[in-house]
Amino acid sequence: MKDEVLLKTIGLSRTFGGLKANDKVSLELRRGQVHALLGPNGAGKSTLINLLSGDIPASSGQVLYRGEDITALSPHQRSRIGIGRSYQKTNIFPGFTVFENCRLAAQSREPRGTRIFSNAASYSPYMVAVEEALDRTGLDDVAQRPARELSHGQQRQLELAIMLCTRPQVLLLDEPLAGMGHEESLRMIELLRGLVASHAILLVEHDMDAVFSIADMLTVMVNGVVLITGTPEQVRSSPEVQSAYLGSDAEASHV
Amino acid sequence: MDPSLFLIQALNAVQYGLLLFLVASGLTLIFGVMGVINIAHGSFYMMGAYLAFSLAAFTGNLLTTVVVGLVLTALIGGLLEWALFSHLYRRNHLQQVLLTYGLILIFESLRSSFIGDEVHSVPVPAWLDFSVPLGSVMTYPAYRLFMSAVCLLVALGMYLLIHRTRLGSQIRAGASNRDMVQVLGINIDWVYRLVFALGVALAAFAGMINSPVTAVAPGMGAQMLIVSFVVVIVGGIGSVWGALVASQLVAFADTFGKVFVPDYAGMAIYLVMAIVLVWRPEGLFKS
Amino acid sequence: MKSLITSRERAAAIMVFLVALAVFPQFDQEFYTELVTRVMVLAIFAVSLDLLLGYTGLISFGHAAWFGIGGYVLALLGTKYQITNNLWLTLPAAMAITAVASFIVGLFVLRTRGMFFIMVTLAFAQIFYFLFHDVKALGGSSDGLNLRGKPTTEINGWVPFELTDTNTLYYFVMVLLVAVLLFMALLLRSPLGRALQGIRENEHRMAAIGFPVLRYKLAAFTLAGSLAGMAGHLYAVLSGGVNPELMSWHQSADVLLMVILGGMGQLWGGVIGAFSFVLLQEILSVMFKQWHLWLGTVIVLLVLFLPDGMISIFGRIKALARGRNP
Repeated sequence: MKDEVLLKTIGLSRTFGGLKANDKVSLELRRGQVHALLGPNGAGKSTLINLLSGDIPASSGQVLYRGEDITALSPHQRSRIGIGRSYQKTNIFPGFTVFENCRLAAQSREPRGTRIFSNAASYSPYMVAVEEALDRTGLDDVAQRPARELSHGQQRQLELAIMLCTRPQVLLLDEPLAGMGHEESLRMIELLRGLVASHAILLVEHDMDAVFSIADMLTVMVNGVVLITGTPEQVRSSPEVQSAYLGSDAEASHV
Repeated sequence: MDPSLFLIQALNAVQYGLLLFLVASGLTLIFGVMGVINIAHGSFYMMGAYLAFSLAAFTGNLLTTVVVGLVLTALIGGLLEWALFSHLYRRNHLQQVLLTYGLILIFESLRSSFIGDEVHSVPVPAWLDFSVPLGSVMTYPAYRLFMSAVCLLVALGMYLLIHRTRLGSQIRAGASNRDMVQVLGINIDWVYRLVFALGVALAAFAGMINSPVTAVAPGMGAQMLIVSFVVVIVGGIGSVWGALVASQLVAFADTFGKVFVPDYAGMAIYLVMAIVLVWRPEGLFKS
Repeated sequence: MKSLITSRERAAAIMVFLVALAVFPQFDQEFYTELVTRVMVLAIFAVSLDLLLGYTGLISFGHAAWFGIGGYVLALLGTKYQITNNLWLTLPAAMAITAVASFIVGLFVLRTRGMFFIMVTLAFAQIFYFLFHDVKALGGSSDGLNLRGKPTTEINGWVPFELTDTNTLYYFVMVLLVAVLLFMALLLRSPLGRALQGIRENEHRMAAIGFPVLRYKLAAFTLAGSLAGMAGHLYAVLSGGVNPELMSWHQSADVLLMVILGGMGQLWGGVIGAFSFVLLQEILSVMFKQWHLWLGTVIVLLVLFLPDGMISIFGRIKALARGRNP
């Protein structure tokens, strides 16, 4: 259902020692929307994504998935209910082939853990999911190569393909374009455009061109606090954002 | 249980606990700074004890024995660090465990060849060989009180070294970011060498001062290693406070285990460990 | 590490090896037949550890606990309490009891990681060591227990074979070794086996994509424990007795050595490792009185220079012969 709120946080906070990395962050991710998260370094974007994926526990506040409180769920539990995440620092299975990387992710949906005597590689439901993901991310040609032999850009694509094979509803994307060339970035953006209709996407990204070409909603964070949440136009014309970004040259020129 | 008997056992436990603390600190220091687990740590404890035995006959003076013994141990430690351990820092845990296990075999063989497998005793230094009255009925060996005091002093000294000296700040910096420290011009290789020598010297020192109290025997290294592992597990890896608390817990469990259930005394410390782990799977204090 | 040995060469080597194993007892060298039987038992032990170590990435320093318990189950059932000395009951019992024991310990230790895990597995194995050393009801002495004869294989009056015959015991163990290797091969390509290897490769991402990692580790730990129990039972049958040293940390270190000697995460690594280790032991103890000194030296040199194990020697030699860098 389009516009359905899939993931929502209410007053989500996280403190490290004396530092409030995230202070009462509230936001909503809706199906059919790309929701970009912006902010200078240290704004708390990584912390927020980690809180959403369950990689770190919250100090206070709630995370709700389709209305249900999932604040206490671990990363693997969140993945199972439909929250997918890609990582800023490439987090793949380097020793396995590209195909196996994806197949393993697909296997998570149908573990068949007690079937000790069946050959995992020949189970067709896995193949279908994998082929689809490889096709979407353009990795068909290198499917049989060990993941560690891929170029950086290809590894970033694999990073996404792994996530896609877990058939998530919500995509938490942590700098998917990091270190990618221009061509590859454009292809990635097209991929996201193709996905957004049926998913809710949270995008943390420093490439402002990419963000503004695809984002439906923006949330700007500074020092762990949400400064503003709104459409790109609203954010662009907001005086608070303008003053907050005056210190950061690269971003100011795009805003 | 008779109160003065209880007091004696409690004092024994405290003293044993402080000894364990020294040994466990040495282990944790090396692991905390260089990320290497040295299973041969117990062998240095044994080395200290056997050095005390060998040197006591020559020098007849506790202070000289300890100083000479420490210098020797530090030298051996430094040499080993340079020759072997420096290659382990980038290796995985399994390789560290196996290499240091190989070292144990080597040390035990050398000890067996050069000194033999008999059990020895080391005399309590004459000036400490008296008893202190406890209440009206019991007495307590002065040497044990001396040991506890010395262990506390050494622990304090270590704390001051790590937290109040420039060398200490270099050590702490080297622990968190090896490459950065090198950029700052600090010779990290020598810092690591020093830390290693210090860590094993702590174990050897413990072995030396404890030798008049327990027998100097072949199995002592392995035994001490495993107990110090339990201390680190209970206390939490990398936590000095944890090691302090855990060493007392383990010491009390062991001492009173031997009193109340002598047939199963060997398992007492593991029971404590299991109970702690149910409640805190990673030890009492996280570093 | 790309394999420098082709699969055809590997298949050929395996065939030769199996044939040699099958033919060996026919030379009627009883001492050597018993020796190779012992090596095959240790190979099962090593392969069981490799499931944990090479495939799931769990470094257990207490694996000997299950080995010892497996042997003690036979000793207690067959000798001390004389409940049964029938192989078809004692062997499954040994495997079941070690499975339960490793499952329970797994619940304690598998929540930890890295160095802590290594230390905790060592400590828990010590519990069992002291249990069988101190508790009278479990054998309770450092001398252990002597078995009153080999277990019988009788089923309703029919005796298929006698384990008292050296060659028969040899072939029985060999069949079990091959069965274990087959089981491992199947397991490793199954969904469970793939998941375990995924955990070794990137545990964090496995959790992130929805695998309940703890449950899988528990499965591996229990399976490995049970196989080690099988090995321990067989070892007791072979040697005619059990003692607490079977579960000492030295035994745990030895089996770790076997796995690293043979090459971790290689199906035949455990077999190669067991053969290499026993060979090494035999050679060194014949040559030197203080053979521990030399074993220790070999270990140190091995870790420094051949960390990928003996199995990497072949690859390296071939690479050198071809004038390439391995």
